[in-house]
Amino acid sequence: MSTQISNDTLIDMHRRMVRIRLFEETAGKMMEDGKIPGALHLYVGEEAVAGGVMVHLSDEDQITSTHRGHGHLIAKGGEFDQMFAELYGRSTGYCKGKGGSMHISNMELGILGANGIVGGGPPIAMGAAFGNKFLKNNKVAVCFFGDGASNEGSFHEAANMAGLYKLPVVFVCENNGFGEYTPQANHQAIVDVADRAAGYGMPGVIVDGMDAVAVYEAAGEAVDRARSGKGPTLLECKTYRFFDHVGVRGMGLTYRSDEEVERWKKRDPILLMEERLLEQKVLSAEQIKAVHDITSEEVLAGIKFAEESPFPDPSSLTEDVYA
Amino acid sequence: MTVKTMTAAINEAIDQEMGRDDRVFVAGEDVRVGGPFGTEAGLHAKYGDKRIVNTAISELALTGIGVGAAAVGLRPIIEIMIMDFVSVAMDQIVNQMAKMKYMLGGQARLPIVVTTHAGIDSSSAAQHSGSLEAWFCHVPGLKVVMPSNAYDAKGLLTAAIQDDNPVIYISNKRCMQTSSEVPDESYALPLGVADVKRVGSDVTVVAIGRLVLDALTAAEELAKEGINLEVIDPRTLSPMDTTTIVKSVQKTNRAVVAHEAVRNCGIGAEIAATIADEAFDFLDAPVKRVGAPFTPVPFAPLLEKQYLPGAQDIVAAVRSLYH
Ligand SMILES: Cc1ncc(C[n+]2csc(CCOP(=O)(O)OP(=O)(O)O)c2C)c(N)n1
Repeated sequence: MSTQISNDTLIDMHRRMVRIRLFEETAGKMMEDGKIPGALHLYVGEEAVAGGVMVHLSDEDQITSTHRGHGHLIAKGGEFDQMFAELYGRSTGYCKGKGGSMHISNMELGILGANGIVGGGPPIAMGAAFGNKFLKNNKVAVCFFGDGASNEGSFHEAANMAGLYKLPVVFVCENNGFGEYTPQANHQAIVDVADRAAGYGMPGVIVDGMDAVAVYEAAGEAVDRARSGKGPTLLECKTYRFFDHVGVRGMGLTYRSDEEVERWKKRDPILLMEERLLEQKVLSAEQIKAVHDITSEEVLAGIKFAEESPFPDPSSLTEDVYA
Repeated sequence: MTVKTMTAAINEAIDQEMGRDDRVFVAGEDVRVGGPFGTEAGLHAKYGDKRIVNTAISELALTGIGVGAAAVGLRPIIEIMIMDFVSVAMDQIVNQMAKMKYMLGGQARLPIVVTTHAGIDSSSAAQHSGSLEAWFCHVPGLKVVMPSNAYDAKGLLTAAIQDDNPVIYISNKRCMQTSSEVPDESYALPLGVADVKRVGSDVTVVAIGRLVLDALTAAEELAKEGINLEVIDPRTLSPMDTTTIVKSVQKTNRAVVAHEAVRNCGIGAEIAATIADEAFDFLDAPVKRVGAPFTPVPFAPLLEKQYLPGAQDIVAAVRSLYH
């Protein structure tokens, strides 16, 4: 099946994933340095999910994101300048500095919010899909959520109605094995979140979330199914976050072993993708390096933009509460 | 007596009550590792999985553990990580826990404590910074407790756990980092009794949570101008000790009410109305309210600082009484 993927698509996915990785690593550093206020939930390790799903979506399609939302925004076309500016709390940020990391979104790219509430997204994505069907606009909504969030009632209520009304929505569970510091085995009795699909009359698909191509293929089917009016899919991507729940520390944590982290890192999604690009002679090592170099420059430019941007005007405090 | 943080004082109250009564248990998200702020630190090692119940991320069902388990004779402590997340649990709290005794003609007895952490703390943004105590004060059947320091925190939590009613126990996050002398042995402070934190003659400041500390700071500053504040901490917001407040206003003839929550429809409005009702003839000036502006909590540090009510707002409100 992988032969069906064009070289351009592979290159596109790779670029999106590298953009996420380099943005996140620098954002983490800036948080550690005290330049970015608040808490950052970083997406490093999970890039193949956002990358593999988002290449199927246009700016017109919607997504709902989570507290771990930078990767979704980047993969959907978010610009580093406005993103860093938001994390820095500057007026030039996507949310004028009012949202910060947990709410970073650009609605022009179809992002209906990152979210500080676990399980806040599924009802919104379902509702967006309801609106799309109502408007017959041929758009699809994709809901990203974690294994932890799959235990919130909001997910179950949204999935039920999505199944009932055959809504054009894809529920993408990013199963990274933990809800904060609680391993999956201690928060749900099932191993595969995809099992839950059966209860809501939709297919449940499990995919290797470290393999962007596998995600790409499964997401393609799910998005097509949604767009063609056949209804929702629950797509579970088995993945792993390389860093702690918050911040950049990855190793020496009490709730998971370093060996486990090392095991997953051997299957680093960007590494896997680059092996494939080389093997299939899609890109040369130099070309891959160039992608990293160009992205690094963009990261630096984004930081510079943020640091030179003005702070929000005090008068903006009371703006944007009502229409 | 030992100097302890409010966090440590809360931990000690839970520990001592669990030691005293084996019907007491804690359920919450990540309580196994001590909870988000360390209020359960060390308790899992001591009491194990049975009594430190690390739940799924499911606030509604988590609160249901409280209601159901209390109904069959246990004394649950339900921890909702961050106060904003109570919205997810609201039906169990407002429609079930609060009303069950009344609806069933007195048959039920629900000794539940819902503990949660409220308020602004370093750019946590709009969904992690709320002070929502007024929501619960509007619901008959609930008691609402909000301590401002370590000593009160321990004694009030002990009383809350021993109380046969549902109690919403709210810790302000910035108060939790403060320390004071706390007896090592167990003690209970009665619910529904205010504490005069500073005796004064000129203006009564009724302050809640973190604003109690700010009121004491304001009192130092105003003392230099010859204005002597009396600072009252109601400690329990429902039922409220209006007697202490009214008596104080009868003496000072001026009142300011202060809290971190949004001013509109805050608990301060209830206190101001009570003063107007019961001490109108004693007032030399209108009752002033200090509270947050009517907007969600912004992320950017500068806006957050601007948003947050503090000592200077109390000083300004007091001065305005003399113009
Ligand atoms: C309603 C609610 N409950 C709890 C939290 C605190 N919290 C933030 S992230 C998180 C873990 C979420 O786990 P998961 O959905 O698996 O996503 P992951 O962090 O693994 O990406 C928790 C418990 C929250 N933000 N909202």
